[in-house]
Amino acid sequence: MEFEIPNMSVALPEMFILGMACLVLVIDLFLNDKNRIVTYLLAQAALVGAAMASLGHQFGTPEIAFSGTFVRDGMGDTLKLFIYISVFVVFLYSRSYLQARNLFKGEFYVLGLFGVLGMMVMVSAHSLLTIYLGLELLSLSMYALVAMNRDSTLASEAAMKYFVLGALASGMLLYGMSMLYGVTGSLELSQIGRGVAAAGSGDMVLVFGLVFTVVGLAFKLGAVPFHMWVPDVYQGSPTAVTVYIGSAPKIAAFAMVMRLLVDGLEGLQEHWQGMLIILVILSLAIGNITAIAQTNIKRMLAYSTIAHVGYLLLGVLSGTQSGYASSMFYTIVYALMSLGGFGMIMLLSRAGFEADTLDDFKGLNERSPWFAFMMLILMFSMAGVPVFLGFWAKLSVLSAVVEAGMVWLAVVAVIFSIIGAFYYLRIVKLMYFDKPEDSSPLDSEIDVRVMLSANSLAILALGLFPGALMGLCIRALGGA
Amino acid sequence: MSSELPLLSLVVWTPIIGGLLVLAIGSGKHVLEARVVALLVALLTFAVSVPLYVMFDSSTFQMQFVELYPWIERFKVNYHLGVDGISMPLIILTTFTTVLVILAGWEVIQYKAAQYMAAFLIMEGLMNGVFAALDGMLFYVFWEAMLIPMFIVIGIWGGPRRVYATIKFFLYTFLGSVFMLISLIYMYFQADSFAILDFHSLRLGMTAQILIFLAFLLAFAVKVPMWPVHTWLPDAHVEAPTGGSVILAAIMLKLGAYGFLRFSLPMVPDASQELDWLMISLSLIAVVYIGFVALVQKDMKKLVAYSSISHMGFVTLGFFIAFTIFENTGSWKGAAMGMEGAIVQMISHGFISGAMFLSIGVLYDRVHSREIAAYGGVTNTMPVFATFAVLFAMSNAGLPGTSGFVGEFMVILSAFKANFWYAFLAALTLILGAAYTLWMVKRVFFGEVANDNVAKLKDINSREFIILALLAVAVLFFGLYPAPLLDVMGPSVQHLLEHIAQSKL
Repeated sequence: MEFEIPNMSVALPEMFILGMACLVLVIDLFLNDKNRIVTYLLAQAALVGAAMASLGHQFGTPEIAFSGTFVRDGMGDTLKLFIYISVFVVFLYSRSYLQARNLFKGEFYVLGLFGVLGMMVMVSAHSLLTIYLGLELLSLSMYALVAMNRDSTLASEAAMKYFVLGALASGMLLYGMSMLYGVTGSLELSQIGRGVAAAGSGDMVLVFGLVFTVVGLAFKLGAVPFHMWVPDVYQGSPTAVTVYIGSAPKIAAFAMVMRLLVDGLEGLQEHWQGMLIILVILSLAIGNITAIAQTNIKRMLAYSTIAHVGYLLLGVLSGTQSGYASSMFYTIVYALMSLGGFGMIMLLSRAGFEADTLDDFKGLNERSPWFAFMMLILMFSMAGVPVFLGFWAKLSVLSAVVEAGMVWLAVVAVIFSIIGAFYYLRIVKLMYFDKPEDSSPLDSEIDVRVMLSANSLAILALGLFPGALMGLCIRALGGA
Repeated sequence: MSSELPLLSLVVWTPIIGGLLVLAIGSGKHVLEARVVALLVALLTFAVSVPLYVMFDSSTFQMQFVELYPWIERFKVNYHLGVDGISMPLIILTTFTTVLVILAGWEVIQYKAAQYMAAFLIMEGLMNGVFAALDGMLFYVFWEAMLIPMFIVIGIWGGPRRVYATIKFFLYTFLGSVFMLISLIYMYFQADSFAILDFHSLRLGMTAQILIFLAFLLAFAVKVPMWPVHTWLPDAHVEAPTGGSVILAAIMLKLGAYGFLRFSLPMVPDASQELDWLMISLSLIAVVYIGFVALVQKDMKKLVAYSSISHMGFVTLGFFIAFTIFENTGSWKGAAMGMEGAIVQMISHGFISGAMFLSIGVLYDRVHSREIAAYGGVTNTMPVFATFAVLFAMSNAGLPGTSGFVGEFMVILSAFKANFWYAFLAALTLILGAAYTLWMVKRVFFGEVANDNVAKLKDINSREFIILALLAVAVLFFGLYPAPLLDVMGPSVQHLLEHIAQSKL
């Protein structure tokens, strides 16, 4: 291979985030607890700057750089933008929460930014190695974040579980990748695609490698039967970390699915479609049914995440361009709803009190009609009731499977969405129909209140006019 | 004809925006102001809906007051509103009933009154949206969104078992509608459009038609409700506050019936014909069996709830005997009478059931019991109220001269053209309806004063008088002179029947 200077500008946002993360790491050393707010502001500035760097690029033909390991395209830019937005909101929600718990440390922001970098690399990966690199950067940051509250046994347990199972999943993925490499002789996704076409979809080693790849992906997404870590990690982590794990990494995981299964292994669609169908049905069933039995809202939302992953994969498995766009739309919508849901838990929490059981939502309408209404929007949106954004997400993925001729799968999906509606309704019931057990006023800070209101109202407003976001997803994937 | 103002949008959005305004005003201590604003919004919406009738061109079946704007281009969903002779009266019924509901909750609702009023206003807008929507997805959005305020209304202001009732209500109706959603998506890919009128002209194979029909049946039958998916209704009715019961009975049940007219019959006529035996059987079971069930109720609201199911059986019967009449007589004329009768029954039942629930509400507000046994001899202490209540009860039993008679009579008459036994079974309702209604009237209103509670009753105040008088006028007017209603719907019904007479296979 002849030597050429890579086109660095393609990875400008990544380099900016890396630089800022290192800067935050260094500056934070010289700050005492009183001035820690500087770390927070710098981290937020890093996200805003990266967003501007990404926005400076027009959708167009994909640019591939760094010897075919890195790609910049419409899907990547759009997903990165929503990753910045999600993490920005996470940082904003969690500031006062962390301060009240003596967790307001520079590490949170440094690890958070490195996690963002990992996600960005995953999103822009164009070779198996880059995917793995990004995934591990993200995972390692998250393991550490989960364990950040080191005095909490629950958090330490969650971190251990997450680490062990995450390492297992990475191993599976790596094993699958090694087989793909063995057959196709390349790590680069487009060459793998050609290799698959040459080898034919009946190649046993390829299919074997695909199985391990899909298992690894399912672990990272939290799809049943590889979901065991999700409830424990969601419940055990400080809520500020849960909201981080529950939002942006789903966007990155979706990108990973797209890169591997669609960009790389589209030739094996007949095989992965069947695997995804099984994952989808199991996720919908276990996620929705188990969520009913939960009393801890973080755990309940964890099972609801599992169910949402099921819906999300519906679009991918349909194997059409509009299906991919609908999955992308679903992922973004889910990240927004998840941010709001966990944000609400942090809003109700205060120093020495975690509002993480369902009963903590009792009578919220008496304590704060406004935020009860915001939570109502979030819950009905997650349940998929129009006119909220969550409905349009469900509509898109359902129409994708109907278009692909799998009406029966759409029927299965809606049956489980009815079961799912019950536990979302229960939250509304607790807020509106029950008397409060705790009548202390909400004492969260103004920035959290404003952001949470904006978050929920965005779900309502985008629900009234979902066309723009849907269109963005289609354009991002290069559709008309 | 058409006007410059987007009347239908106003009818949909005035109450929704007004409802939000009421929420904003009433969040502090300004409860009275919130009530006044709510009433003004309801009156304004009614006023806006009147021109729909006045300017309506009853010589055509075409959609009128049409508004069409692109909404979601990805799915070719349009913001497409319009009414014909079937949906226009239902919109006016909705706006009229909401005014009464707001008035009825004026003093009774003390807990979070602003939220109560706002919920009903928002619900009004959404229900008008359902009737006016000409786009399948827009219809579905209104149809589902409507559940949210009702869920809240029953759950907050309802009776002791309200939480059970409201969750049952929500999940039952949600269950029905999601299957409709899948049918709509399926037809979208066949027709490449979500427009209801495009679905009407879409050709579909028999298997697809039958499956779509069953999916629609689930959605609409739950809402109507038809036996055997009716069990949510008595629970929801009994536990709902008076206003909630009125809206449920007067409007929400009509949405299901309207769905049959707008979706099932014109979109899948061949499946409707193939399965009309099923619909007729279910309707007759509702009429007869539920009539008997109503007879043994001890709770007044439950009795009226069952009587609603029984009366709605007439509506679905009137729709689906059309095919048999076609076969027997070869013309749409006989069928038109049945279908028009069914629609008149829908409107009339809106007034009567609303009036019945409001009357029960009047008693409940004073004695706080819905048990028939808790009353007796109410005539002695509340003569004015008793006069109204007996009128409404007679109308519920189908007394000639009241609106309850017109629809039932037309349906029974055309049922004779289909099959003697259909008509015979349907006519049983005249006996059963009279039996359960009049027996309740006898036990509640006549006889000696039963207890101290009844002895202490005060007659209705002027607010209650106005509400009941308005309804009494409506019931008598449409009973004596139903022509305005029949004229308006005539061309639309005729067009519908001509449309479903043609196979789409």
